Amino acid sequence: MARKSTTTQKAVVTVAAWGIGFLIFFPILWTILMSFHSEGDAIKSPFAMLASPWSFDSYAEVQERSNYARHFWNSVVISVGSTLIALVIAIPAAWSMAFVPGRRTKDLLMWMLSTKMMPAVGVLVPMYLIFRDLGLLDNLAGVTVVLTLINLPIVVWMLYTYFKEIPSEILEAARMDGASLKSEILYVLTPMAVPGIASTMLLNVILAWNEAFWTLQLTTSKAAPLTQFIASYSSPEGLFYAKLSAASTMAIAPILILGWFSQKQLVRGLTFGAVK
Amino acid sequence: MATAQSRTAARLMLSPAVVLLFMWMIVPLGMTLYFSFQRYNLLNPNRGFVGFDNYRYFIENPAFWVALANTLILVLGVLVITVIGGILLALLLDQPFWGQGIVRVMVIAPFFVMPTVSALVWKNMFMNPVNGMFAHIAQGLGLEPFDFLSHAPLASVILIVAWQWLPFATLILLTALQSLDSEQQEAAEMDGAPWISRFFYLTVPHLTRAITVVILIQTIFLLSVFAEILVTTNGGPGTASTTLTYLVYAQSLLSFDVGGGSAGGIIAVILANIVAIFLMRMIGKNLDA
Repeated sequence: MARKSTTTQKAVVTVAAWGIGFLIFFPILWTILMSFHSEGDAIKSPFAMLASPWSFDSYAEVQERSNYARHFWNSVVISVGSTLIALVIAIPAAWSMAFVPGRRTKDLLMWMLSTKMMPAVGVLVPMYLIFRDLGLLDNLAGVTVVLTLINLPIVVWMLYTYFKEIPSEILEAARMDGASLKSEILYVLTPMAVPGIASTMLLNVILAWNEAFWTLQLTTSKAAPLTQFIASYSSPEGLFYAKLSAASTMAIAPILILGWFSQKQLVRGLTFGAVK
Repeated sequence: MATAQSRTAARLMLSPAVVLLFMWMIVPLGMTLYFSFQRYNLLNPNRGFVGFDNYRYFIENPAFWVALANTLILVLGVLVITVIGGILLALLLDQPFWGQGIVRVMVIAPFFVMPTVSALVWKNMFMNPVNGMFAHIAQGLGLEPFDFLSHAPLASVILIVAWQWLPFATLILLTALQSLDSEQQEAAEMDGAPWISRFFYLTVPHLTRAITVVILIQTIFLLSVFAEILVTTNGGPGTASTTLTYLVYAQSLLSFDVGGGSAGGIIAVILANIVAIFLMRMIGKNLDA
């Protein structure tokens, strides 16, 4: 907004915004700070904890006791794997809806969205039984497939809104020049679609990484991603604050960094293009 | 423009997504519906058709009404906090100030924290009555520490979930605010419209659409809040923080009552669909396919 504002006004807003921003961010900051102190110091009063010596012990201990690296790897496989499979299925679908729309395209898009509105508990029982009977409980491939299906509508929708913005005149020009369907997709469309695909991918990895219903229900230990791993701290033994902080910091750090890069796409993706 | 050949190709490219989603929607939901009319307990080999008995038992269970009320309180509570807080915060962040980028990053951060982490961090580091931050503050002020999760379980869960969703509301409302026509604002200002009427006659109407979107999308996600309850209170004490989602989970996977849990699942689907219809209309209106 290009409105005049005095320096005093700006200073007041600055103080207020930083104050509130700090307050909202504080739980995360505190978790990170706590992870660098020993267990004994972590339960001291806040100022005493800050004054106590820094230590990296809890990180080593988390890895040693619960094999953090494996859960991290499971999270990577599940989130990246489900995103890639979803992209492979969604890119052709979004392409055809955006460039060769039929009478039913709108209904089809709305129907896809409606599958996203189905609450997970509605299908919890059959999914659990199917997984049990197929031996897919606590299996990486099983969870990955479920997360693919859960996020497929969002992926199709996001890609569709991005593809829609590619002017179809360019495609027509390519066709006039004798480009085949294949080369049209490969050399004209793909380069223009890459940014949209990249942001769709980013948002979807974040959503899959943080998904905490199916990952908690369908995995126990072997295939457990970080959500399940962290949940195992809900009934711990002995002192565990520093370890919990270290595990939490490691679980959220990658996605926090990815997330900050994708703020704009987040608005667009999560509102299905209704707010840009 | 589109040739017959490209139409066929388009259909072929569309079909995997459609078929998969159709199966994902129909097969498990059909099974849930089927189970909901069966006497089916994993611990009891006797199975058979029971008509609407599962539904009757599920609805007659006093826990159902508590869970329904808790679900409504949770959804409404989080919505009120995030929408009002989000509007105020978006208005603040829309003003010019130093370090906008950094503050934005701090405000958006909680949204990227996985639910199990945020629930455990709040539960232990903040709400724990002995070692939590709030207990330390209370002691510093000479007050008795308050055991949040035992004495105000639902309010505590609302606080945690609201903390996670406030960034989402703020971000969307801020995006909407930034598309507000600044010339209109300036014209109103020059005509001597006071701040308050500029807010109610220009800003609020402009934000209505974004607010509706925030409410509807959050409602969809909030109806199925699960991890936050599982790791903090386990639905308790008693049923004080049991929501419909948690009740269905407890019924099917903790009590092994597949039939009853399925009936609960179908009820949850019906309730969610009522909300979904509004959301679909809203988005459909803005879609120019």
